[in-house]
Amino acid sequence: MATLTKHLMGHGWKTLLHTNLQKSSEVEDALKRIQHMKDVHGTIIINAEGTPVKTTLDESTTLQYAALIHQLTATAKGTIREMDPQNDLTFLRIRSKKHEIMVSPEKGFMLIVVQNIAEEK
Amino acid sequence: MADEPVDAKGPEKDSDNKEDIKPKSKESTRPESKASSSSKTDEEKKTAPRVKSAKSKKDGKKTGGKGNTKSKPAEPKEESTEKDGGGQDSMIPLFISSKSQEIFQCVADEHVTEDNPHKLIPKDAIIQDMRERAAVSDFHPVKQLILDYPGDEILLIYDADFKYGQNFVLVSSDEEKQRILNPVVEQAEDGSPTGEEGEAVEEIDPVVYQYVPPEPKEWVSLGSEKEIEEASWKETEQKIRITIRRARREFGGALSFSDRNADDAKDGYIECVPFEDKSFSLKIMELDKDVQAVSTYTDQGSQTVWKHPCNKYTQYAPRELTEAEQKNLLSSETLYNFLDRVTPRFELALQQNDIMDVFRDDWKELGNEDDTFGSKSDNHLKEYQSFTDLQFSRDKVLTCIAWHPSIKGIIAVSCAEKMTYDERVDNSSRIIMTQSLILIWSFSDPIHPQILLEAPEDIVCFKFNPTDPNIIAGGCINGQIVLWDISKYVDRLKNTQRGKQSKKNAMLNVPGFEDDSSDKTPVVRYCASAAIESGHRNAVADIQWLPDHMEVNRFGLMVENRNLQSCQLLTASVDGTIGIWDTRPSKSQSQTADDGKEDNPLGVATTFKHLDLTWKPIIKIHMSRLEGSGDYGPVRVSFQERQGDRHLLEKMQKEGSAGKSSIDRKDSNMGGGFGIRSGSAKEKRQLEGATTKFFVGTEDGELIYADLKLEKDPDSGKLVPPRADFVKSFHDRAINTLQRSPFFKDIVLVVGGWNFSIWKEGRESNPLLISAAASKQFTCGFWSPTRPAVFYLGTAEGNIEVWDLLDRTHEASLSQNISASEITNVYPWHLSHKQQLLAVSDNVGTLHILEVPWTLRNLTHGELTSVTSYFDREDKRLEYQEQRESVHQENKRRLDAEEAAKKIAQPPEPSTEEVDNKMRTLWLEYLEDEKKFLLDLGLVEEKEEPLPDV
Repeated sequence: MATLTKHLMGHGWKTLLHTNLQKSSEVEDALKRIQHMKDVHGTIIINAEGTPVKTTLDESTTLQYAALIHQLTATAKGTIREMDPQNDLTFLRIRSKKHEIMVSPEKGFMLIVVQNIAEEK
Repeated sequence: MADEPVDAKGPEKDSDNKEDIKPKSKESTRPESKASSSSKTDEEKKTAPRVKSAKSKKDGKKTGGKGNTKSKPAEPKEESTEKDGGGQDSMIPLFISSKSQEIFQCVADEHVTEDNPHKLIPKDAIIQDMRERAAVSDFHPVKQLILDYPGDEILLIYDADFKYGQNFVLVSSDEEKQRILNPVVEQAEDGSPTGEEGEAVEEIDPVVYQYVPPEPKEWVSLGSEKEIEEASWKETEQKIRITIRRARREFGGALSFSDRNADDAKDGYIECVPFEDKSFSLKIMELDKDVQAVSTYTDQGSQTVWKHPCNKYTQYAPRELTEAEQKNLLSSETLYNFLDRVTPRFELALQQNDIMDVFRDDWKELGNEDDTFGSKSDNHLKEYQSFTDLQFSRDKVLTCIAWHPSIKGIIAVSCAEKMTYDERVDNSSRIIMTQSLILIWSFSDPIHPQILLEAPEDIVCFKFNPTDPNIIAGGCINGQIVLWDISKYVDRLKNTQRGKQSKKNAMLNVPGFEDDSSDKTPVVRYCASAAIESGHRNAVADIQWLPDHMEVNRFGLMVENRNLQSCQLLTASVDGTIGIWDTRPSKSQSQTADDGKEDNPLGVATTFKHLDLTWKPIIKIHMSRLEGSGDYGPVRVSFQERQGDRHLLEKMQKEGSAGKSSIDRKDSNMGGGFGIRSGSAKEKRQLEGATTKFFVGTEDGELIYADLKLEKDPDSGKLVPPRADFVKSFHDRAINTLQRSPFFKDIVLVVGGWNFSIWKEGRESNPLLISAAASKQFTCGFWSPTRPAVFYLGTAEGNIEVWDLLDRTHEASLSQNISASEITNVYPWHLSHKQQLLAVSDNVGTLHILEVPWTLRNLTHGELTSVTSYFDREDKRLEYQEQRESVHQENKRRLDAEEAAKKIAQPPEPSTEEVDNKMRTLWLEYLEDEKKFLLDLGLVEEKEEPLPDV
C-alpha cells in the first residue's frame, strides 16, 4: 500500500510527510545534482543578507562570491524593478572568460552556480 | 576765445548805445508795446482787462468823488494825484441820457460819431444843467469834478463801443483835453506819457504817427568793427584772366559728325557714374538701448577646515552563520521551497551551455578554413638556400645541426667521415690527419662558412649554450666532450648578417693593405675537453645544456639556479652511461684559472681553462639492464624541464621568503656565468615540482623511463642510481629522436627504425600512437615549433615527411623529396612571424634550408584544444585498454583456476530423487510468491477462513 501511494504521488521526494532531516538531505541532493552537471565549478547558497549558508567551494572564494554577487544581484534587481515595478529579477547569467556565473535570487535566498567554460584558443 | 568777452560786451554796449540813441521816442516804444500786447491776446481778451481797469478807475474815481464830496481837503491831493497819475484818472466814463444829449447837442451818431467823437461842452452849461435838473442831471456824479475843472469847456468823448463802460467819457483834466485835441503838439511837448495812457489815447483817438528820422550820432568804436573785420571775407589772390579765342572762319562752318568707337581714343568719353552723394544721405540717428535684468550676486567663499590626513583601515570579519543556524536553515521549509523553484532554471541554463557555446564565433572559423583551402599552391616546402663546402663537408655525414639561438640566419653543422666502424679503424691514420670541424654558416654567404670549429675527433652532436650562444658544447665520436668559445668571432657573424658591403667598404680594401686574414675563415680550436679517464668511453650520442633555471646536484636532485645561466651539460653515450657535467670551476680548481696565459700559441680562449683535461662529470649514471647483465646504450635523453620555462622558479620565488635573493639576470656575454663558482648545495633549494625522471632512447630501440635521483643501495650503503622504471621496446633500430612537444611537457615523440611513436609521460603501457612500419627508415624527427599537431620526419631515402595528427595519423600529410641520399637531421626554426625555416642535412654533406609554407606554420583555429583532446582521448583509450587487460588477465586466471579445480575434483552426479525434491521446493516457493504478489496488488482477497464448525 505504501509503495502505491508513493507511486501515485508522482515526485516521490515531494511528499508532505517530510521530516526535517529528510528535507535537509533533499536540499543536499538538489545541490549535488547541480554540482554534478558538466563543468560545474561550485554552488553556493546565500541568505538575504549575503551570508553563505551552504557551499561547495572553499571559504575565502565563497565569501568573495557571496559578498560581490550579492551586491551585483541587488543592483540588477533594482534595475529591473525600476523599469517596471511589477517585474522582478529571476535569473542572472554572467559570462566571463573563465566562468559563467548563474544567480537566481528568490525571497530569502540566493543560489549561485559557477560553471567553467571550456577555453578556446 | 579771447575775443569773446569783448564780443559779449560789445553788443551790450551797443544796445545801451541804441537806447541812448532813441531815448524817449514814442514811435519806437509804442508800436512795440502795442505789438506785444496784440500778439499776446486777441482783441476780446485785450478789451476785457481794459474795461476792468477802466471800471476800477471809475470806482476809484467814484470813491474819490465820494470822498471829495465828503471831505474837501482831499481835493488838492486828488488833483495832484491826478496830475501825477496821468490821463487815465482824468478819463471818467459817463452815461449821458438821450435827453441830456439833446440839451448839450451831442446826440450819438448825429453830433458825435465814431470818427469824430469829440465834443466840447461849456462848463457853465453843465453847471446850469446840474442846477436845473439837480440829481437827475447826468453830470451829477461828477459835479465836484466839473466844478473844479479849470477850463471853460469840458471835453466829452463819445464811446460808441462802450470801451469804458458808458456811452461817453468825460475828460476831467485840462491837460488831457489839450493833448487829445492836439496830440502832435502834446507829444512834442510832453515826452513822458505812460504807455497806458498812450494806448488809451490811441484807442480812443488813433493818431497817425509821423516818421521822425533819427538823428545821426557820432560813431563810437566799441570793438565791433573788429568782429566785422574778422567775419568778412576778402579776396587775396589775384584773379586769373583767361581769354578764349576762335578763328573767325570756324564760326558757322559745315559740321561733319561721324561715329567712332568710344574706346578708340583715350579719354574719348566721360562716364557719369552714379554715386552716392554724401550731402543727401540722411543720417539715421539711432539709439541702441537695452535693458537687462541682472540678478544681484555676491561673492562668497567657504573653506572646510583642513584636517590632518591619517591612514586608517577598517576591515570587517565576514559574517558567517553558526553551524546550528546553518543546519536550521538547511532543514527549513523555505530553503527547500526556494531550491525547488530555482533548480529548474539552473538545469536549463547548464544544459544550454552543455549543448552549445553561444558565444562561439563561427565566422572566424569559416575565414580560417577558406585560407587553408584557398592557398593550395602554398603547401610545399620550398628550397630557400643550401650550403655545402667543397673542402670540408662534401661527401661527409652531417651529424648534427644547430641554429644560432640569438643571431638570425646563422646555422652550424657538424661533419663526420662517412664510414662504418671497421672502415674507420682501417683508415684511422688518414682520419687523424684530417680536421674534424663544425661549420658555422651565414645566409649571407653560401660559399664560405663563417667560422670553423676544430674538434679533436669527429663531432656526433653539439649544442649552443641557450643563455650564452658563444659557448658551444660538442660530443665526439671517441667519447670526448669539448667546449668552444666563439665570443671573439661573434662580430664576424653579426657583420655578415648585415651584409658584406660594410666589410668591403672598410680600410682593408686599400691596395697593399688588404688583410688576407679578414676573408679567411677563422678556425677556432676547442678550448676545453673532458678528462679522458673520466669521460665517456664510446661516442657521445646526445649532448644537452640543462635549462638555465635549474641544475642537478651530486645527489641527482634538481635545485634552482639563481644565476639563470645554463652551465650544466647532460650527455648520453653509447657506452651505457649518462653524465651530468658542470662547466663552472669547482672549489679546488677555482685558483688555477689564472695561470693560463703563458703557453697559448693557438689563441684558445681561456674561458674553460680550468676544465681542460681535468673535467669530470658530477654524476655518471650507468643504464644497467633490468634483465640480465650489461648496460643499455643510451643515445637520446629527454628531461621534462625546458629552457625558458620559468614558472617553477617563479613559484618558488613567491613561496620563498619574500624574494630573499631576487633573480639577478646577468648579461649573457663573454661567458659571464662560467667563472662563477657553483655555490654550496646547502644554499640552493630544491626545485619543487620538477621531476627527476627522464626518458632515454637506446641504441637498440628501447625506450627507458628512469630516475636521476640517486638511491642508497641497501647492501653497500652507497648512492647508486635507481633502476629504470620501465623499458619498452617498440622500435627495431636505434632511437634517433626523443623529443618533447613544445606545447605539451608530457608528450614525447620517439623516432627510430621504421616507425615512430608518441608517448605520454605517466602512461607507460603503450604509446598514444604508434605508426605502422614504413617502407624506409625514419632517420630523424622534429616537432613543429608553432603547430602542436605537426612534426617533421626525415627518411633514409631522402624525403621529408610532414605529419599532421589532426589531418591523418596513418600516413604523412605531405611527403617531399629533398635529397638523393639519407636525411640525417631536420631542424625547424621559427625565424619570425612571417618566416619559418626548416634545416635539413643529408649524409653527403649538403645542408638544405627550406621555407615552411604558411599552412604548416600557422596555427589553425582551435588546434591546441583539438590536439589536447586528441591526446586525452588516446590516453583514455589506453587507460581503458589497461583496465580491460587487467580484467581480462584476472578472468583468464580465474578461468584457468576454475578449470584446474574442475579437473581436480569433479562433483558426483545428483540422483533423480534429489532433483525432484529441489524442483518441488522451488514450485512451492513460486506459488507462495505469486499469492503474496496478488494480495499486494489487491487482485485476490484472502479468503477468510471460516471458523471450524463445532
